[in-house]
Amino acid sequence: MHAKKMQQRKQKNHLFKNLSFFMTLITITVLFLLLYDVFKDGIGWLNWNFLTSYPSRFPEQAGIKSALVGSLWMISLTMPIAIPIGVMTAIYLEEYSPENRLTTFIRVNIANLAGVPSIVFGILGLTIFVRTLGLGRSVLAGSLTMALLILPIIIVASQEAIRSVPNSLRDASYALGATRWQTIRYTVLPASLPSILTGIILATSRAIGETAPLIMIGALTYIAFLPSGPLDSFTVLPIQIFNWTSRPNADFHGLAAAGIIVLLAVLLFLNTTAILLRNKYQRRLND
Amino acid sequence: MFSRKTRYLLPVLLLAVAFLAAGCGQETTDKDGLSGTIAIDGSSTVFPITEAVAEEFQKINKDVRVTVGISGTGGGFKKFSAGETDISGASRPIKDVEKELAEANNIEYIELPVAFDGISVVVSADNDFIDCLTVEELQMIWEPESKVTKWSDIRPEWPSKNINLYAPGTDSGTFDYFTEVINGKGGASRSDFTASEDDNVLVVGVANDKYALGYFGYAYYVENQDKLKVVSIDGGNGCILPTDESINNGTYSPLSRPIFIYVNTASLRKPEVEEFVRFYLTEGIELIPQVGYIPLPSSYYTQGLEKVDQVVR
Repeated sequence: MHAKKMQQRKQKNHLFKNLSFFMTLITITVLFLLLYDVFKDGIGWLNWNFLTSYPSRFPEQAGIKSALVGSLWMISLTMPIAIPIGVMTAIYLEEYSPENRLTTFIRVNIANLAGVPSIVFGILGLTIFVRTLGLGRSVLAGSLTMALLILPIIIVASQEAIRSVPNSLRDASYALGATRWQTIRYTVLPASLPSILTGIILATSRAIGETAPLIMIGALTYIAFLPSGPLDSFTVLPIQIFNWTSRPNADFHGLAAAGIIVLLAVLLFLNTTAILLRNKYQRRLND
Repeated sequence: MFSRKTRYLLPVLLLAVAFLAAGCGQETTDKDGLSGTIAIDGSSTVFPITEAVAEEFQKINKDVRVTVGISGTGGGFKKFSAGETDISGASRPIKDVEKELAEANNIEYIELPVAFDGISVVVSADNDFIDCLTVEELQMIWEPESKVTKWSDIRPEWPSKNINLYAPGTDSGTFDYFTEVINGKGGASRSDFTASEDDNVLVVGVANDKYALGYFGYAYYVENQDKLKVVSIDGGNGCILPTDESINNGTYSPLSRPIFIYVNTASLRKPEVEEFVRFYLTEGIELIPQVGYIPLPSSYYTQGLEKVDQVVR
């Protein structure tokens, strides 16, 4: 009787392990199929000329220079706007704000904002940044819109990170006579930084892949010059890719695949940077 | 281990910044002395032509910066009538509400037809029974609450197989135009068909299904002739295949339409915009076939140039 039950439990244990492995396999297979498809179509189009040319009606001459530089411009303006606002909001909500209805209300709304369709942020950006503030169809208007879009992601991730710091650490800090700011600066932030960085990685990936809100605010599709400042017009990689996939000529679909490879490379570079930072801080905490 | 890796971080980041900064230097001089920015937006149907014209124009006028967006015909007119763009591409004439909006903002404009866009009705290359459809038959297939579910419902001699329909989505100008000329009212259509805003999806769908029928822009048929068979259309004067010639001389009727650019007259008085529009209507015409569209009879372009003359004078 006892032995039989033991065997049953072992079987269940084994079954669940295999099931999890199988599910992981599904995810990996889908990813590799997608990558294989993109690389098969795109690798032949990927060369130096492709990276340094402007778009053209001739597939052989077309390149993604303006889209690549536009994407880098946008990300390098979006992140410095979104990260401080997002992380500080999270610190205020978790460490300073009193527990009352208003705080709960704000929290629920931020979580809801994360689920709002991106096109809505595009409409907001068009009304506020492009028209009311008169920024026009500029990189800055695009970056501000994108910053709004990813703020909820950063805030929610940072809140979770700060909440997961054990209270014993805070108490220890206070016991040594630290002020609240010193506790946040030297105890809470270092301990939560790895998880905050994970949130920022997700947010960056979202920002660099979004198309709809930027089309809404009037980011351009054909542009044969590079932005010379934050108030210049621009295009980004996903818009250029989208445009190429909808062309009738199949050569443009190859260009689109090559564009996707470049987008993936940029994303991988940005994420690697953040992961290296995260690992560095994780080690420091564990030491 | 990580500290060694992170040491490379700074140079790599600096490199990225340098790459950005490299974009800041504006090169080139200009022989005509034209400079400035021309903002263009509007229909994605007109986009390939405008892109080609902008590309060639900027080779000659290196200091003029032309930007082209694809907000769609309606989205383009919203920006155009707010005075935010100089030129707007349109796959249909401007609507009355859009005119009123432009008037309210004191925006005056001229309308210039630039090319023909044909709509081709297609079946799979494997389809061996169909050659021609009349406009009435098309209406029978596509009208709202259509009774056609099998090919034999159209003509009894055709197979008793389900007909699988493919067409552009409701946001598309092609859908608007097709439903207007075939069903008599823009937007009126049966709804049980596979819809996609991306014509390439329709091409693949029709090509792989012997009993499919679909319609989309002529350029998409031209690029996929090996996979598709085009159906000739009888608009009352016999079956006519869509070809460059039949679309250009107007015999492929009613499924071909002119597409336009609208130019803000205040912008047109700026020399760089004037030069761009003149270039569009002269050298630009040669680029139209390269991107899959069909030029209009030349009288349209001379009339267009006259309109430009009247404004500038």
